[in-house]
Amino acid sequence: MSVGTIWVLAEAAEGGVASITNEMLAKARQLSDDVVAVFGGDGAAIAEQVGAHGAGSVLATGDLGGALPGPSIAGAMAAAIAGGAAPAAILIGTTYSGRDVAGRLSVKLDAPVITNIVDLADEGGLVGTEPIFGGASNVKTKFTSDKPGIFLIRPKSFEAEATGGGAAAVNALEVPDLGATGTAVVTNSFVEASEGPKLDEAAVVVSGGRGLGESDKYELIESLASKLGAAPGASRAIVDAGWVPYSYQVGQTGKVVKPDVYIAAGISGATQHLVGMKGSKTIIAINKDAEAPIFGVADLGIVGDVHKVLPQLLEALAARG
Amino acid sequence: MVEFHSPAAWEIGHKGRKLTAMKVAVCVKQIPDPADPGALDEATKCLKRDTKLILDESDSYGVEMALQLVDAAGGGEVVLISMAPNSEVNGLRTALAMGADQAILVSDDALAGSDALGTAKVLAAAIQRAEPDLVLAATESSDGYTGTVPEQIAEIMGLPSVTFAKSIVAADGSVNVQRQTEAGYDDVTCPLPCLVSVTAGVVEPRYPSFKGIMAAKSKPVDEVTIADLGIDAGSVGWAGAGQEIVAVEEAPAREAGEIIEDDGEAYQRIVSFLDELKVI
Ligand SMILES: Cc1cc2nc3c(=O)[nH]c(=O)nc-3n(C[C@H](O)[C@H](O)[C@H](O)COP(=O)(O)OP(=O)(O)OC[C@H]3O[C@@H](n4cnc5c(N)ncnc54)[C@H](O)[C@@H]3O)c2cc1C
Ligand SMILES: Cc1cc2nc3c(=O)[nH]c(=O)nc-3n(C[C@H](O)[C@H](O)[C@H](O)COP(=O)(O)OP(=O)(O)OC[C@H]3O[C@@H](n4cnc5c(N)ncnc54)[C@H](O)[C@@H]3O)c2cc1C
Repeated sequence: MSVGTIWVLAEAAEGGVASITNEMLAKARQLSDDVVAVFGGDGAAIAEQVGAHGAGSVLATGDLGGALPGPSIAGAMAAAIAGGAAPAAILIGTTYSGRDVAGRLSVKLDAPVITNIVDLADEGGLVGTEPIFGGASNVKTKFTSDKPGIFLIRPKSFEAEATGGGAAAVNALEVPDLGATGTAVVTNSFVEASEGPKLDEAAVVVSGGRGLGESDKYELIESLASKLGAAPGASRAIVDAGWVPYSYQVGQTGKVVKPDVYIAAGISGATQHLVGMKGSKTIIAINKDAEAPIFGVADLGIVGDVHKVLPQLLEALAARG
Repeated sequence: MVEFHSPAAWEIGHKGRKLTAMKVAVCVKQIPDPADPGALDEATKCLKRDTKLILDESDSYGVEMALQLVDAAGGGEVVLISMAPNSEVNGLRTALAMGADQAILVSDDALAGSDALGTAKVLAAAIQRAEPDLVLAATESSDGYTGTVPEQIAEIMGLPSVTFAKSIVAADGSVNVQRQTEAGYDDVTCPLPCLVSVTAGVVEPRYPSFKGIMAAKSKPVDEVTIADLGIDAGSVGWAGAGQEIVAVEEAPAREAGEIIEDDGEAYQRIVSFLDELKVI
């Protein structure tokens, strides 16, 4: 069952490690007996959590002190590999920092990055599955180099799983001198206030698109979301138009969501949007165009005007209390 | 491999150079029109590129940002960098018409099937020719969207970088960037020369004017091969890829659902549906 040591890049999130980290640990455990979390921060802070999800140990750099994770973590990984560490594969989440780490590391190791991976299997070598054309086809790529395989994993590809393991042993990972590449520094961090459940973790997501007509009408989406305890989301069209912040965007260049219920109102269903929500358990779509591609993935499709259907729906829900 | 100036040499070259004239290199990918359905070539497993290529919309933001930064610096130059098959210049002309000054195009049959790392090696060598203060790219392209090329370019060139920029201000030999994060954004300061990747929607790309379109026709496009850049064909293109596509399969389709025409009462079906799903 084992392909050799697998490194998983651990990322911090509010209250511990990010869900993508636990998802990748679960997949790594299926493929290998030796799973190591690599962390650009204080290892002790996450040792228990990653241990409980399958990591035997943590390689941690300690606080990066404002340095960007990309060059620091990639530099530290490459130095450890030059010093004798020999991971067969390195799993990195498709996140803001993850892509930086993968890009920098690939140059240091002169090895390719296999990107947008939604599944990984051992078929006499690691084979990654990458959806293309909005998920209509899957490309399977085998890693053929003798270098460590660097895989960028899409969030929500695997189910996180608690293994009941104890706290992972923490080992130090040294960040070498990075020269000019390490000179960018974070001087301030801003957190956008958000209420309710997080978009990529919510059980119900209500998203709006250009079919809402104007910015003010996004209120319909927010009201319905708050009524259902859902997270509000959006298509890129209305993010680019400035109606809602980028953090609301669902799709290829936004968040991947897999809620129990996804409601799309006034969204056409472009392939780049579908990539981000096709994995939802149940999809409800409201669109006035019967030919809209969103109906191709909908379990319940209403061919109708959002300006009529949504207010009626809100009223009916309010009446139920 | 390509010989790059060491980072130290870069610093000396740029030391004391005030930002009164800023040279910005912008990576622009020329891609098949995303409105046309894509297809993979059966034999090579590469995206088919037999139609005329256009400027990737994602890169129009970088071009606009570069033009604005040069404006704000009180002068300078915007140099486009592109790697594309068959000496394609259609997308470059669009960006030149927006106002960019010149372009370097790498076109070489040996580059067919390049992976992101191979692409980055080629682009880095081309950028090196321009000796820019700042390199801009999009966070990810519309067709390949690996999102790794910009950071690979920065590492190859020994440059610091900031990815996912929402805004860029240049001052005193450095850039201040708002970088998108999961929770909001970070303020990041980065000394020049450096690379910054920009997200869609950061600026409003201008439409080329008629005058711009006419002027673009006579702007210089320097076409080079990988030999001109001193790159060995074995390290790029399909030969250098280190990965092998073993299968392309149809993904299982979702089952067709219940579609109803709104007769004024359809909202009730949503309510009962949500009820069945125990959401309410
Ligand atoms: C590289 C790249 C990455 C991208 N990434 C993303 C991404 O991450 N996420 C994303 O969403 N998009 C992404 N896109 C954009 C995508 O291609 C679409 O342009 C976008 O999703 C369209 O948004 P929309 O459905 O809101 O708008 P439109 O496509 O304009 O659709 C609006 C829909 O509303 C319907 N409508 C209009 N009026 C009403 C009404 N009164 N009642 C009901 N229905 C109505 C129309 O019939 C139409 O179907 C990306 C594109 C590219 C090139
Ligand atoms: C189905 C499929 C799957 C693939 N999977 C992988 C994979 O897993 N790993 C891998 O390494 N490659 C993969 N590739 C190849 C990859 O898409 C190409 O190598 C591509 O040339 C580079 O990457 P990108 O467009 O993904 O770049 P991105 O990193 O998404 O591009 C970001 C930015 O870099 C700049 N840029 C990128 N390419 C150019 C260019 N040619 N000219 C000018 N500027 C440019 C642009 O500003 C662009 O917006 C795949 C290709 C296909 C068709």
